[in-house]
This record gives sequence, structure tokens and C-alpha cells, in this order.
Amino acid sequence: MSTILTYTFKSLPSTSKWAFGFSIRPLSCSSQLRAAPAVQTKSKKTLAKPNIRNIVVVDGVRTPFLQSGTSYKDLMPHDLSRAALTGLLHRTNVPKEVVDYIIYGTVIQEVKTSNVAREAALGAGFSDKTPAHTVTMACISANQAMTTGVGLIASGQCDVVVAGGVELMSDIPIRHSRKMRKMMLDLNKAKTLGQRLTVISKFRLNFLSPELPAVAEFSTSETMGHSADRLAAAFAVSRLEQDEYALRSHSLAKKAQDEGLLSDVVPFQVPGKDTVTKDNGIRPSSLEQMAKLKPAFIKPYGTVTAANSSFLTDGASAMLIMAEEKALAMGYKPKAYLRDFVYVSQDPKDQLLLGPTYATPKVLEKAGLTMNDIDAFEFHEAFSGQILANFKAMDSDWFAQNYMGRKTKVGMPPLEKFNNWGGSLSLGHPFGATGCRLVMAAANRLRKEGGQYGLVAACAAGGQGHAMIVEAYPK
Amino acid sequence: MVASRAIGSLSRFTAFRIHRSRGYICRNFTGSSALLTRTHVNYGVKGDVAVVRINSPNSKVNTLSNKLHSEFVEVMNEIWPSDQIRSVVLISSKPGNFIAGADINMLASCKTLQELIQVSQDAQKTFEKLEKSPKPVVAAISGSCLGGGLELAISCQYRIATKDRKTVLGTPEVLLGILPGAGGTQRLPKMVGMPAALDMMLTGRSIRADRAKKMGLIDQLVEPLGPGLKPPEERTIEYLEEVAVTFAKGLADKKISTKRDKGLMEKLTAFALTIPFVRQQIYKKVEEKVRKQTKSLYPAPLKIIDVVRTGIEQGIDAGYRSESQMFGELAMTKESQALMGLYHGQVLCKKNKFGAPQKDVKHVAILGAGLMGAGIAQVSVDKGLKTILKDATLAGLGRGQQQVFKGLNDKVKKKALTSFERDSIFSNLTGQLDYQGFEKADMVIEAVFEDLSLKHKVLKEVEAVIPDHCVFASNTSALPIREIAAVSKRPEKVIGMHYFSPVDKMQLLEIITTEKTSKDTTASAVAVGLKQGKLIIVVKDGPGFFTTRCLAPMMSEVIRILQEGVDPKKLDSLTTSLGFPVGAATLVDEVGVDVAKHVAEDLGKAFGERFGGGNLELLQQMVSKGFLGRKSGKGFYVYQEGVKNKNLNSDVDSILASLKVPPKSEVSSDEDVQYRLLTRFVNEAVMCLQEGILATPAEGDIGAVFGLGFPPCLGGPFRFLDLYGAQKIVDRLRRYEAAYGKQFTPCQLLIDHANSPNKKFYQ
Repeated sequence: MSTILTYTFKSLPSTSKWAFGFSIRPLSCSSQLRAAPAVQTKSKKTLAKPNIRNIVVVDGVRTPFLQSGTSYKDLMPHDLSRAALTGLLHRTNVPKEVVDYIIYGTVIQEVKTSNVAREAALGAGFSDKTPAHTVTMACISANQAMTTGVGLIASGQCDVVVAGGVELMSDIPIRHSRKMRKMMLDLNKAKTLGQRLTVISKFRLNFLSPELPAVAEFSTSETMGHSADRLAAAFAVSRLEQDEYALRSHSLAKKAQDEGLLSDVVPFQVPGKDTVTKDNGIRPSSLEQMAKLKPAFIKPYGTVTAANSSFLTDGASAMLIMAEEKALAMGYKPKAYLRDFVYVSQDPKDQLLLGPTYATPKVLEKAGLTMNDIDAFEFHEAFSGQILANFKAMDSDWFAQNYMGRKTKVGMPPLEKFNNWGGSLSLGHPFGATGCRLVMAAANRLRKEGGQYGLVAACAAGGQGHAMIVEAYPK
Repeated sequence: MVASRAIGSLSRFTAFRIHRSRGYICRNFTGSSALLTRTHVNYGVKGDVAVVRINSPNSKVNTLSNKLHSEFVEVMNEIWPSDQIRSVVLISSKPGNFIAGADINMLASCKTLQELIQVSQDAQKTFEKLEKSPKPVVAAISGSCLGGGLELAISCQYRIATKDRKTVLGTPEVLLGILPGAGGTQRLPKMVGMPAALDMMLTGRSIRADRAKKMGLIDQLVEPLGPGLKPPEERTIEYLEEVAVTFAKGLADKKISTKRDKGLMEKLTAFALTIPFVRQQIYKKVEEKVRKQTKSLYPAPLKIIDVVRTGIEQGIDAGYRSESQMFGELAMTKESQALMGLYHGQVLCKKNKFGAPQKDVKHVAILGAGLMGAGIAQVSVDKGLKTILKDATLAGLGRGQQQVFKGLNDKVKKKALTSFERDSIFSNLTGQLDYQGFEKADMVIEAVFEDLSLKHKVLKEVEAVIPDHCVFASNTSALPIREIAAVSKRPEKVIGMHYFSPVDKMQLLEIITTEKTSKDTTASAVAVGLKQGKLIIVVKDGPGFFTTRCLAPMMSEVIRILQEGVDPKKLDSLTTSLGFPVGAATLVDEVGVDVAKHVAEDLGKAFGERFGGGNLELLQQMVSKGFLGRKSGKGFYVYQEGVKNKNLNSDVDSILASLKVPPKSEVSSDEDVQYRLLTRFVNEAVMCLQEGILATPAEGDIGAVFGLGFPPCLGGPFRFLDLYGAQKIVDRLRRYEAAYGKQFTPCQLLIDHANSPNKKFYQ
């Protein structure tokens, strides 16, 4: 364990220097930016509310996000989580005993570590007196972990919470069939040889066919890609538009990676393997190459392909959240405030991935902001087609009036402020961990690019969605 | 990279231009005076693909009428020579409907055999030309594609269908007593194989899109879409068109093959069918089965087999000739007219002629979780009505809830529902033992035991807890509604809703109004019944209403016939060979001997001698010995779990022997026995119309066929009289009257019809 720590430590300085260097520059120019007229037109100067505690993100980190089946393939989920947690400890130097609570999000659970938060925390050297629990809400599990933490702090139950998320798609629980499980359980109960033989005699070869978890809705049995393809078609999003958007995501991610903007990434020395320092799913291709791919879900005429979808990813994230006064008292310079947030849900069949469309106007209204107030949009990109369908839905009065019960559309986010450092399509999408990445990307972008408000939004299986306002911490 | 972007923008530009040019062509259309007259079929051009749109004006569905046919020919004759067009997409502009079949009125307007044959031949020619189209034609199917619509679709080179529940394909002609007369009998066997084609044409069943894909009936499925920038149905049709256009282009460019990969089983079957001996065996087997099932009462199925055989064995030309000839002949038959009459009746009984109720019924409460109560609950929750099922005991309630769940679960097994939909539907049901939540009920349907004082008790209890607007409906098969309503504080809100068992299978609902029932109450009851998917007849209150009243004299005759020494098995076969789905003796067992006795006694009291004939002692003795029918395991037959062939209950023999009466030889031939049953039924039905119990003959026919199993090939008692002549029936009645007396006296209305042959129940 300690060796891993030291390795991480050794490999850290180079990157953290980078990150530091970059975070300095925006600081220096931010004063000019603040004077820019765009900033002055904000609907609200701050989202602080009287008599409510301000909650801040001190910092957040994540392991590099890797395509599943690569370097992390022999790990267990809590190993990955541990890497994120130790990375956070190292980055923030927070004394372990001040952490009041730890919350992790995950989707596909490893049965042995069903409360992965606790196992990871123990392994990462947190105090065994710090309680930990695990939440699940499909692709917004980490968001749920963060907002659960926000709730604990806001209600005065805690001052310091670690929230994060993890997903290890390299290994998923493939189960015996129900019949086989039943037989094995019966066998457990059988006392005599005779009883055992009777149970065994019921065995049939088809008992051995395994049960695989699918990325499919339980209620509709439709896989998410299939639903995304239908959604894209419903909003008449073309294949070319989707490929172009995916290319944009990969190109921006590559640029951000090359320029060292992805400062939330902490290197991870995978036991028995090399040290992993960067995301490995970023692969800007060309439209010609992408056009050659066959549709992955609706064959042969669908538009969603492997190239314009997010890929199966392994990764973990972690974030240190505190009450503002606590952070200041401990001498921290927080990165951002976590402000208003909403959860929404809608029809899991035909509007499975429209969460951001529903959540965005709601959270803006709640915060008293407009689209123009937002300087950095960080939306979860499940599929190109999903993002573009959300854009069209957000830009449609008809949709707002007929399906959302609103008088007018909220409007489409301006592309120049949207996922400027890549997104889930290119960086990867470990289901349970993406939420923290989105918030950190928004916070870091606000610091780097200047700006006050960031909007994080995501869709999730089950036809649910989430949005949160992130406010830059004043310099 | 830059180049690819350029290509990208270019392709978008062309798409834009196509869109523009389409608009341009459409405008051209509206401008041209010659084309203004085209109302059913139109087309636009997308690139080099002609999109032919079918849209019958002023109708929810497209039907293959003369007008549609001629316009389609006109359009295709413009498309074929056009240099600009390389392929064609055929699509309906109506969401949920491609073409629902041939226009029945068009067939009805044909007076001679020759005219009917001509209709068939015209369609054959058009579709043959379409089949040989030099430019590939893609049928884009969304919604029902039935009869002539399917025949049109299978004449195209390629078929794409939306994969939703509304999209069904089938050849229901047999249900109207005719056959697919536009080349369907010739093309379908080639497409899906002879056995599957025969199955489709002989059963008339509707096939869902995904199943049709597996059969090879369609080539490609399109997923239905949810809401986007337009309503889901609209966008789905648009999407279907877009996909169809790409496939049409692919076909024109020979990038897509129309050949289908066949599975091993399919290949083997196809091979086996090349052997003449195998084919002969199949024809023989199918024919045998058809004869057995139809009792040779329906000519269409046998003709279908004949025509298919002619096509396969003697070639396509002989097949076409035979098809059009038989089509004409079948359409002229009485059976076909009877079945088409029933079709019209069904359409009529699916409408609420009382208008929309003031308050939409959303919450229903059902009292009594027995077989009927639970059945009513099942068809209610199924359609999204919030339903309370109340029973007096936990055991009874549990049984009822189990029945509802099982009914829904059976649908899951048949893949008509997903398990999730089942759960969500089942959540509409609340089971309880008290009256909690009744203050929200818009309608209470009681299905407690058939006992007037019990019904009075629940009516009073319920009226204490329900809101003012709530309708109280009584599910009873014979108790007069006005007697039930006698204790009500608000008799205008009391109505009868007579369901038939098993509720989820039987289509009929008989609604009974008293002179006090308000029109709005009736409208509410009809609206609920329609929501539950029922065919509805509305009748006036009176002993036995319409259905039970018609059945009672026939049942009395059943008893007499049994007393005269005809054994129950023989009686059953006599009735089923008339066309009743269930034999008369079996029917008594199914209904319950005690129920039959109860009803016979009640109605006997109300109507006196006319309902006499058989000695009720027979039923009384059976009840006293516990032979209550299927529910007690013994009635006229012995019922055992898992035993298919039921045996006669020998213990009934002694009862029958003790009550034996000598048969009257002049009216006891098999045919006479059949007609004694039939004429008493028909006479009573006419009397119901005469007395105003029935509002229309159509409702009488629907009630008789769908509630009581009156032979569909006869079309119901009134259609039967119209088709076969009232005089003949009156003659028979007079003959039986001479032998037995008053029970066979024809009623006045029937005599009127006999006296003036031009007088018809259906004008």
C-alpha cells in the first residue's frame, strides 16, 4: 500500500507543476476578464443565500479514465477508488480525521464490495471512524454522491465530506442463471446425501447459460444506444452532425490534454503495471474514417456508431467538499461553490436521455439565472446524438410547451462555451465517476477561462437527469 | 479534414435543395388543374425517388376504393415513364394506418357476379403490373396493412414497416366470407410459403410487424420514435419515409438485394414443398381441419385452399382466373352478406350514440371479486382506469386479485405486454374489504351474487359513501334493473351493465336502462364499456333484458328435447352443426345449472306459458344432486382436470328417464330439432324489437352473435330473417305451433315481415 503511495507521490510533481502553472495564469488575467462587460450583465452577483451555509469544492481529482479492458482490467473497483482517494489526500493534504463522511457513487456493483465507499476509504487510509456509504443513480451517481454531501453540510450534520464515484467496466458481475442459483441454494440446504442427489438430479445443461448485465433499461428492455439512435432520429439529427460533434469532442479533449488543462487527473501506478498518467480514449479521427463505421444499434440504417458514442470506461473520481467557513478556517483557497441543483425524471422510453433539457431551465430558474449568465457549460456526453437532440429540444418552443409544460424554450447553450475541454465521448465515461469530472471541469474552466457561473448537466438511465450551478470562488 | 468538412456541408446543401425542390413540385401540383381532382393518391419527388402518398379524404383509414385504385394507376403511369425517377416509395399519410383493406361499400354496390369478378380482375392487373415494375417500389408500412392493403404491399419489391403495436399485417377477408381477390392468394404462398400463407388466409389473423419480419412478409423494421420537434406519430411516419427513401435508392443502385436469408428450417420446408406428394398431403390435411372446424357452414375457407392449390399446381394464370371467379362467387353468398352485416354492426356498436358524458369516468369501484367482478376489474385496469376491487372476505378478494394478475400475466406470456407494463397496469388495481376511497369513485359496478335483497343492501351501503355524480351499475343477467333501483335515492344514476363470462374474452356488453335512467348515466356507462374494449348494445329494462330473454325459450326447448330422449351429446352436435360455437347441453353446464334454473324460473314467472316447454324439474333435480355444471365438476357431462374428452354424466340418465316424454314424430327430425331451437330464439328476438327492448335490429344481431354465440354465418336473428325470408320461419313456427302450442306462435312483427316480403330489418 505504502509503495503505491510513494509511487504516486514520485510521479506527481511533474504534473502538479503543470497544473499549478496553468492555474496561475488565469489568476493573473482574471482581473481583466472580470472587468469585461459580459460579466457585469450577470443576473445575480452571487448565488449565496442568507442563512444558508456556503458549500465549496476545495479540490477534486480523478484517475486517468481508461477504456475498459486496458491497464485497469485486473483491478477491483475499490482499488480504483482508493487511487482517487489517495490522490485527493495528496492533492489537498487534508488531515484524515477532519473528514466527517465519505460518499461514493457507482452503477454496476461488485458484489463483494457493495459498499465500495467504505472498502476504498479503509484501504486509502482514512480513519476507520469515518462512516461511508455508496449511492447509485446510473450515470449521475457521482452527482448524487456530491449533492448528498451538500445536503449533509447544508443541514449542519457535517463540515467536511469526500464525494466521488467509481466504475470498473473491465470486470462485471456475470451471474449464474436463476435456475442454477436456485439449485445451488437448495444444495446448500440439503442435509443428506439422498437430498443432495435429488437436487443435483434436477440439473439441466441450460442452467449453465450465464446472465449478463446489459446497459439496458429494465422497464423497457431497450439498450441505451438503441434509445439514443431513436432519440437522434426523433430530433432529425443526421449521422454527419453526430460524427462532427464527436470529432469536436475528441479534438478539444486532445487539445486540453496536450495543453495540460486536465489538471484533475492524478497519475496512478497500477500495481504490477506501468504508471498511468493520461486518459487513453481520446482519438481524434477524421470524418471519412468515422463515416465508414456501421451503425452499432439500429442496423442497418441507424446513425449511432461506436465512433459517436461514449465508450465503456474504467475510472474513479474524488472531491473534497466543505462548508466555506471550515475551508477558510483550515486555510484552503476553495475552487468553487456548489450552488443550486435539481434532479428531474421523465419517460424512460422515448425521452430516456433528455435529462439535461428538463433539468437546465429548472436549475436556472431556481438560481435566478439565465442561459446568458453561464460562462462554462459541462454536459455529460453519452452519445453525440443525445447531446444534439438535447440541443434541439432546448431550442424548441414546441417541445417546451408540449412536453415540459413551459411557455418558452430555454435556448441552446452556445457551442463556444460548451464542453471546451472534451467530454464523455472522448475522455471516457465511467458511469459512477463522471459527475465529479463534470464539476471539476466546470470549476477549472471558470478559473482558467474566467467567468463566474458554470452549468453542469447530465442524463441518466431510467429517464432521469441532473443539473447543478457551479460558481467560481472569487480570487 | 477540410475536404471532408466541405463534403459534409455539400451533402447538407443537397439535402436542403431536395427539400426545396419537393416544395416546388408540390406547389406545381396544386397549380395544375388536372391534378386538383386527385384526392386519394398523390406524389412528390425526393431526388430520384418518387414518394407516393395515400390519403383517403374525410376518413380515419385508407380503404382500397375504386377512386383510390384509379388514382394510383394514374400516378404510377406518370412515374414509370419519368426519366427523373428511378425508384418509388409507397406510404400512407395517415399515422396508424397504411391501407385497412378493400372498401366494403364498393363490394356491396356490385350487384352481379360479373361486376365482382371485374373488381377482382382490375386489382389483379394493377398489382401484377406493380410487381413487374421496372423501378423498384418500396412499401413503407405504418399501422394496419390489411386485406387489399397487404396485397398491394406484397406486390411491391420491398417492404419496410414500423415496429409498433399498431402495425399489423393480415388477410382478414375470410372473416367477411370472401378471399383475397387481388392476387393475394397467388403471391402470399410464394412469399411466406404455402403453409404459412394458408394459415394467414384461413384464420384472418393479424400479424405484428416483428413477427412479419421473421416470416419474410416484410424486409425491414423501423423503430417507432418518441417526441422530437413534432408529435411522435408524425415524426415516425416522416422517419419511415426517410428510411424507405434510402432503401429505394439502394435498390435502384442495386446496393440492396431483395433476397432474404432463409433459415435452415425454412429451406427444408421450401424443399419439401417442391414435392407434389407433400403438397397434396398438406392440402388434404388443411381441408380436413377446415371442414371439421367450420362444419362446412362457411364456404370461403375451402375456396381459399382451392384457389391456392390451383395457382400452385396449374400456374399463375389459372390461379388468377380462379381467384377472381371465386372472389365473385363468395361475395354473392348469404354467408358473406351475413358476415359483412356483422362487420357493419360491430362498427356501429363501437360508437357512443349518447354522446360524451359530462364527467369522464376515471375511478371505478367494483363490488364482488368473483369471476365476473375480477374480470371486469381486469378489463378496466387494462385501459388505465383506477379501479377498486372490493369483496367481503380476504380469501375472495385474494382470489379475484390473483385472477386479474393471471389474466395480465397470460398476455405477457403471449408477448402482448411486457412484464413492466403488466406491473404498471396492475398498479391501477386496489383490493380492499371496506369502502375507503369510494368518495372518489365515478362509477360503481356491483357484481355480487344474483340476489335482489343482497343487491339492495349493497346499493344502500354504496349510496352512503359515493359522490353525487357517481353512477351505480349492476352486473346482472336477469334481475330487472328497475327493481334493483327501487331502493335507490337517485334512480337516474342506476343502470345495468351485463357482462358476459369470461369478461376478458367475451366482446359483448349489454347495457340496460330503465325509464328513470338519465341519458348522461347511459353515456357514462357506454363510454366505460367502450374503454374496456367492448361491443355495446343498449337495451330497455325488462325480464331477461335482450340476451337472457332470447336464450331462455331456447333453453326451455333444450330441456324438452332432452326429455324427448335426444342425448346431450347428440343435441350438442346438432346445435354446433347449426353454427353455434358451443353445444346447447354444454352451454347449460358452462352457465351453471343452478343459474339456468334460477333464470328459467324467474322468466317463466314473468312470461308464462310462452317460456314453457321443457320441465324445469330436470334442472331442479340436477341442482339438488349437486350437478351444477362445470363449476361443480358434474352437469350433463363429467369434468375432470386434464381430461380432454368429457364423458356424459350417467347419473343424469335416471333423472331424464323419470321425466321422459314421448317425442312427436312429425317435428322430431334432426333438422326440426335444430329449427325448434333456432326459431324460438329468433321469434323472441323479434318480439324484443317489437316491444322496444331493442332499439335497432343491428344491436340485436350483435348481441345474439357476440353474447350468445348465435351462428355468425347466419349474421344474427334479424339478418337471418332478411336473408332467408321471414315466411319460411313463420311456416316452420306454425308447424311447431300445431304440435306444441303457444310457445311457437310467431310474433306480430315477424308475421308482418312474412306478409310483405319487401319489408326488411336492414334496408
